[in-house]
Amino acid sequence: MRYVLAGAAFGILLTKSEAISWFRMQEMFRFQSFHMYGLLFSAAGAGALGLRFVKGRKNPRGETMTLAPKKIGTGIRYLAGGIIFGLGWGLSGVCPGPVFTLIGRGVGVAAVFLLSALAGTWAYAVLRPRLPH
Amino acid sequence: MDWITRPWPWWIAGPLLGLMVPLLLWLGNRPLGISGNLRHLCAALPGSKPDFLRYEWRTQIWNLLFAAGLVLGGWIGGHWLADPDPFVVAATTRADLAAIGVTRFDAMVPVEIFSWDMLGTARGLVILIGGGFLVGFGARYAGGCTSGHGVAGLADLQIGSLVAVVGFFIGGLIATFLLLPRIW
Repeated sequence: MRYVLAGAAFGILLTKSEAISWFRMQEMFRFQSFHMYGLLFSAAGAGALGLRFVKGRKNPRGETMTLAPKKIGTGIRYLAGGIIFGLGWGLSGVCPGPVFTLIGRGVGVAAVFLLSALAGTWAYAVLRPRLPH
Repeated sequence: MDWITRPWPWWIAGPLLGLMVPLLLWLGNRPLGISGNLRHLCAALPGSKPDFLRYEWRTQIWNLLFAAGLVLGGWIGGHWLADPDPFVVAATTRADLAAIGVTRFDAMVPVEIFSWDMLGTARGLVILIGGGFLVGFGARYAGGCTSGHGVAGLADLQIGSLVAVVGFFIGGLIATFLLLPRIW
C-alpha cells in the first residue's frame, strides 16, 4: 500500500509539472523551454543529495539502503536502447511513467500505447540473445 | 489555494520527483524505475515465454503497485487538481508545430494524437502503436527509462544511465526533426 501512495504522489507530480504533455516534450526537444530540463536536472540533483544522505544507512525495516550499480559491459545497450527509446518518446511524448498517469487521467487511448509497449518488451525478450549488450 | 490547480514550476516538482529515489529506499530498499513493469506484465502472462520473461515476477509486486499508484495519481491530478486555465505552449514551439500541421494547442494532451479516432490514421498508428513499441523495446534494451536512468541513474551518477539519457535525446531529436514532419 505504501508503494501505491508513493506512485500516486509521483503521478500527481508528473501531472502538475505537465511532464505528461506531448507539448512540453516538443518544447524540450526543440530547445524552446527550460521547463523539462529544469525538471529533469533538479530531480537528478535532489535525488543525488538524498542518496548521499541515505546510502549505507539502515531504513526503518533494517535494510541497508543501496542502489545496485548498473553493469556497463560494452555500453552499447545503453546507447542503442536509449536511441530506440528516444525515437518512441520523441514521437509520442510519452514514457512509461506518464502512460500509466494518462490512463488514470482518462485518456483511454493511452492503453493502446501501453499494449504496444508490452509488445515491444516481448520483442526485445525474443531478440535479446542476438543483440549486443 | 490556487497554487494547487496551477501548473507547478520545475523547481518545486523536480526536486520532489527526485526525492522519490531515497524515499523508495527508505520504504523498502527499492530502486526507482517504471519500465520494469512492462517486463513484469509480460512475465505474468500465461503460456510459453522467452527466457527473459521467465522469472518470479511476484517478487516485483511493489513495482506494479507503484504503477497502480501512477494511475491513481493521474486520476487525482486530472479531477481534483486540474488547471482550469487554457494550456500554454511556448510561442516558438507553437509556430514550429503549426508549420508541420498541428492545429490544436488547447489541451495538455493533444487531441490530434491521443484520441480513438486517430487510431484509424497513419499518424495515429505511427505515434501510438509505433511509438509504444519503440518505447517498450528500447526501455528494456537500455535497461531503464526516463525514471530509472533519467532520475535514479543520474542521481546515482551511473555512467550507463548518462549514456542512456544521451541516447534518449538523440532518438528524440531524430523523431522531432526528421520523423514528425513526415507523418503529420
